[in-house]
Amino acid sequence: MSSETIATALPKTRIPSNAEVLRTQRRERISLTLRYLILGSVGLLMLYPLFWLLGASFKSNQEIFTTIWFLPRDLTQLLDFSAYYNGWMTRTEFTFATYFLNSFLIVIPRVIVTLISCTLVAYSFARFEYPGKKLLFSIMIGTMLLPPIVLRVPQYLMFKELGMIDTYWPLILPSAFAVDTFFTFLVVQFLRGTPRDMEEAAIIDGCNALQLLWHIVVPLLKPALISVALFQFIWTMNDFIGPLIYISTVEKYPVSLALKMSMDVSGEVEWANIIAISIVALLPSLTVFFLAQRYFIEGATSSGIKG
Amino acid sequence: MYESKRLGYLFVLPFILGILAFNLFPFAASFALSFTDYPLIGSPTYIGLENYEKMVFDDDLFWKSLTVTVSFALIVVPARLAVALFIAQVLNFKLRGINFFRAAYYLPTILGGSIAISVMWKFLFQQKGLVNIILDTVGIDPIPWLASERYAVWTIVALNTWQFGAAMVIFLAALQGVPKSLYEAAEIDGASFWQQFRNVTLPIITPVIFFNMIMQIVNCFQEFNAPYMITEGGPLYSTYFMAIYIYDEAFKYFNMGYASALSWVLFFLIVAIAGVLFWSSKYWVFYSGEKEKAR
Repeated sequence: MSSETIATALPKTRIPSNAEVLRTQRRERISLTLRYLILGSVGLLMLYPLFWLLGASFKSNQEIFTTIWFLPRDLTQLLDFSAYYNGWMTRTEFTFATYFLNSFLIVIPRVIVTLISCTLVAYSFARFEYPGKKLLFSIMIGTMLLPPIVLRVPQYLMFKELGMIDTYWPLILPSAFAVDTFFTFLVVQFLRGTPRDMEEAAIIDGCNALQLLWHIVVPLLKPALISVALFQFIWTMNDFIGPLIYISTVEKYPVSLALKMSMDVSGEVEWANIIAISIVALLPSLTVFFLAQRYFIEGATSSGIKG
Repeated sequence: MYESKRLGYLFVLPFILGILAFNLFPFAASFALSFTDYPLIGSPTYIGLENYEKMVFDDDLFWKSLTVTVSFALIVVPARLAVALFIAQVLNFKLRGINFFRAAYYLPTILGGSIAISVMWKFLFQQKGLVNIILDTVGIDPIPWLASERYAVWTIVALNTWQFGAAMVIFLAALQGVPKSLYEAAEIDGASFWQQFRNVTLPIITPVIFFNMIMQIVNCFQEFNAPYMITEGGPLYSTYFMAIYIYDEAFKYFNMGYASALSWVLFFLIVAIAGVLFWSSKYWVFYSGEKEKAR
């Protein structure tokens, strides 16, 4: 039943009485309070462990394992960053400065090539017409459901054949060919939703395809591209199995592998150090998320709903 | 200019090359390798169905990891979707600070896959970790979460349920898209909150439930980081997920052939489940005039 039929079915002169208004208002107030209670307690349940861990990085082992409250009993301990220092220095010959640098050497090139390749391919999908486009597009959708795990072994053999084991190439190269189809799809959907007027005007003015892409399409795509860059940044920072398979020299370890190593070397004894360095490892992602959480939510929402 | 087929092909070329080199070729190669014995040294030897026969008749570890993976997905997918839908429903109201809550709940999804979170998780579930401290204050004896065959998998389940944010964000957007007039009409007909949810909200968002379900299943069947880090597959293989088994076979023992066969079984499992879901969708997924909007 559509809303119009309902509206006409109602007596037009019906005005809610005072009592009715009050009742609705009270019901809304109760509902609101209940909602805040639920949201607050679920939020606390979800985020308290993180605060507790943050506090734990300033506590002694003895205190960590006895207290439920997240702050250390002696608040001056909050000025003692020795766990952070020790965690950062590690028990190996390299410090986390090396591992962070390595991570950025993977993440930054990967984000850049992802942006370029996704934009080109999405531009083609969203604006041009050619035979085979539908097929290519369905292949793209299909690969989103293809579990990467099926591809690991042959990909490894291929990169081994190319002499790229123990380099960052296997982690970066595929992204230069727009095979992170989730991102391409996100940009295609965004571009389809933007009007072509400006582009048509520019074509009449004699812009060539690359000028058009750079001066008109890319500025239009900015919100979508920011989402892509942010997601790729965090996913690559988080990536563990990729480096685990391809990187074998400790000197080349990114943060995720280095954490695993720290854990194996000193995990069960020096808890505060490990917790401290884990917190530091999360800082780049946390910073990016808090600075730009709007783009994450929008990216996650649009890819899902339009998908 | 947009009529130019040449330019269209030119811009899509990276994708064609990439999908061939990094997806379709490896996909086919993995299938071919699953019929071989390939210890990485030398060249693959064709052995027919031997890998698959060994798996089915002669490999307890395969059955163990299959059971672990399937039962994990059976728990985590519904748990995640239920929590995500519940929170989205609570958030879908004229609330102040909705953006704050949405971001706070999405945060674990962003960080949850990282090794750092796995390290911290391991720590929370230590014998004397926060979880047991809390249980102790309410008078429950400490549980050996990581050391017990029975409980270890629940630490991974908890970590995965904690990451309900992605599904929640999508549910929330869908809920916000349900036309207000429908609720007003239901209200006038005297429908209770629960009736409104059951008869108005649920049917309209079934396409989104379906989408989330497929994505979560594909996701859960490949769980690797958390069990690898937190429980290392143990104790007694109780968290030995398929993804870990495949990794061990391929990159620890270098049985490339057997690892390929295992990964194809996992792939088939995902396809079969997705297939059943697609088939069943015509009975429970509701497409009306909303189809264009929701898809």
